[in-house]
Amino acid sequence: MLEIRGLTATIDDKEILKGIDLTIPEGEIHAVMGPNGAGKSTLSYVLSGREGYEVTGGTATFFGQDILAMEPEERAAAGLFLAFQYPVELPGVGNANFLRTALNSIRRARGEPELDAVQFLKLARASVKALAMSEDMLKRNVNVGFSGGEKKRNEVLQMAVLKPKLAILDETDSGLDIDALRIVADGVNAQRGPHFSALVITHYQRLLDYIVPDRVHILAAGRIVRSGGPELAKELEAHGYAGLVGEPAEAA
Amino acid sequence: MRAPSQTGGPRGGHTPDEALTAFLSRYDGLRAQLPGSATTRDAAAAVLREHGWPTPRDEAWHYTNIRPLAGLEFHESLADTDMGARLIGLLPAVVGPRLIFVDGRFCAELSVLPRDIEIGSFAGEGVFGTLARPARDRLVALNTMLAEDGAVIDVPAGFDGGFLMLAQLTSGRQQRVGSHPRHRVRLGAGARLVLLEVSAGEGEYLNNPVIEIEVAERAHLTHGRLQQDSPQAFHLGTVYADVAAEGVYDGFSLALGARLGRTEIHARLGGPEAAVHLNAAQIMGGTQLSDFTTAIAHDAPNCASRQTVKSVLTGKARAVFQGRIEVARIAQKTDGYQMNQALLLSPDAEINSKPELEIYADDVKCSHGATVGALDPEQLFYLRSRGIPADAARMMLVRAFLTDAFEAVSHEGLRAVFEHAVEGWWNTTGQNAEVSPS
Repeated sequence: MLEIRGLTATIDDKEILKGIDLTIPEGEIHAVMGPNGAGKSTLSYVLSGREGYEVTGGTATFFGQDILAMEPEERAAAGLFLAFQYPVELPGVGNANFLRTALNSIRRARGEPELDAVQFLKLARASVKALAMSEDMLKRNVNVGFSGGEKKRNEVLQMAVLKPKLAILDETDSGLDIDALRIVADGVNAQRGPHFSALVITHYQRLLDYIVPDRVHILAAGRIVRSGGPELAKELEAHGYAGLVGEPAEAA
Repeated sequence: MRAPSQTGGPRGGHTPDEALTAFLSRYDGLRAQLPGSATTRDAAAAVLREHGWPTPRDEAWHYTNIRPLAGLEFHESLADTDMGARLIGLLPAVVGPRLIFVDGRFCAELSVLPRDIEIGSFAGEGVFGTLARPARDRLVALNTMLAEDGAVIDVPAGFDGGFLMLAQLTSGRQQRVGSHPRHRVRLGAGARLVLLEVSAGEGEYLNNPVIEIEVAERAHLTHGRLQQDSPQAFHLGTVYADVAAEGVYDGFSLALGARLGRTEIHARLGGPEAAVHLNAAQIMGGTQLSDFTTAIAHDAPNCASRQTVKSVLTGKARAVFQGRIEVARIAQKTDGYQMNQALLLSPDAEINSKPELEIYADDVKCSHGATVGALDPEQLFYLRSRGIPADAARMMLVRAFLTDAFEAVSHEGLRAVFEHAVEGWWNTTGQNAEVSPS
């Protein structure tokens, strides 16, 4: 479903991704772990189409489509979703209005009928409830005045409403206490199924206790240096990145 | 910066231009018929004869040059009721009492008088208020010289006057009209009123209203102002508000229209624990110029003033915000806040902002700030990453910026009027405007 081959990318002429090879089959959850500066966030931004990143080589296809050639909104319509590490505040934009506009934009792009206000509210309320969020969050401005945990939950709410085929979770665990982490993980696990895949980017093994991945990849210095099953995350927990990456940590 | 007006000249030595000559000769012709003190009018005429129009050499007019007006002749109105009936379609659709002025004259046929508030007229009473300063403010001198009519609104002490619309319609379709309405609003102790003042019209004209407002102890005036004058019009309006102890003047001005518009507000906090809000939004495109100039005088202790001014500019539009806060020595514990925010949607748009704080008391809290920017690329990407196409995402952010401005409007009916007006602007002008990606 997602196939990345030899992907290289630069920011300000500095090469960050140095040839990524990664395949995520439909229905699987893969984790990408790695030390700071390995290129984890760059990978998520390149896949979702953020400006400022230049793809210098390689390919990334999503259900056979070249996603790197698509606009960010086209990628979303194709079924790609990025849960931001730092969700953006939108003063003056109501959360419900934002979600509905997003959902209907995607539905329109796919040639599906749009949801009216009543249909949407029903869906949104159910999703809010499932995430143990207060309904008040739908009325508030997007992420404005949200705590760190509320922002991350709001990302998962958007994922639940937009129902992507592939969700990229960019360090969604950062800044979460254990309760919030559990809620976020439950939200992701609820999406699990034959047509949902996820790329879980994280620095720590902790999140993977709750979202158990099918595969774990270690990203270091712009390359996938090791891949394995969930046990790889445990190994990482026990020995740190240094042992796995094959170079002493202080050399970084 | 533009070159100073050539009509300005040294103080007292200016050459009258077409506009001024026409106004002065109109005054000479009408002098005997106009209501109110001839002494006051003559003094105002003398100010204009001696000093002419304000020019960019006058500090208060540094950023707004009214020279485009100087070469034009404005005439007395030939208003008829049919015209008023046509223009009334330009007003927001609100139910309730309304006072309609057409070309500066009260139009009884189109008005709906409130039941419980006393409404008089300047034409009938001929009394100038005591707040206006025609000797200093020359556009007020022009109004003082030529005012024919205006509303006199009195809300008795302790009474809630509810909602009232005051509309100024002007038509420059048959000829270039100069309209100079002169209004007075007085709220007795503990009285309340929500006043929506609207300016609209067609063709080329000058709307030059002056409104003098007295808010007595514990009284509360909500004053919404919607300026949607025609794209060829000039709007040069002045508000004076005097607020007594524990009184509130809560003003919000939205400017959408006019080729050249200026709203000048002079507010005075005259008794302890009074509050003044002078919030505004200016939404301009093309080659429009909009100026929001305010002076807040804190003349008593424990008073608060609040200002958030937001401008959205497209094309080659220009906006000015000048905010002056004067805190007298007696005005201890003053709490003043002023914020100017501009969203520039094109590289040719311009905002000129000048905060001025003059503080003579030593125990005060006064803050001011300004932000100027384009749309935030992070916010745009966030919206697009959720599937919202780039154009729609930009539109959402512009509207969000404005929605935020209307949060200062606590009266729901007023807020709805403003939101509806912006919606209209967006549907006709905004969405066609050149909005740069970032």
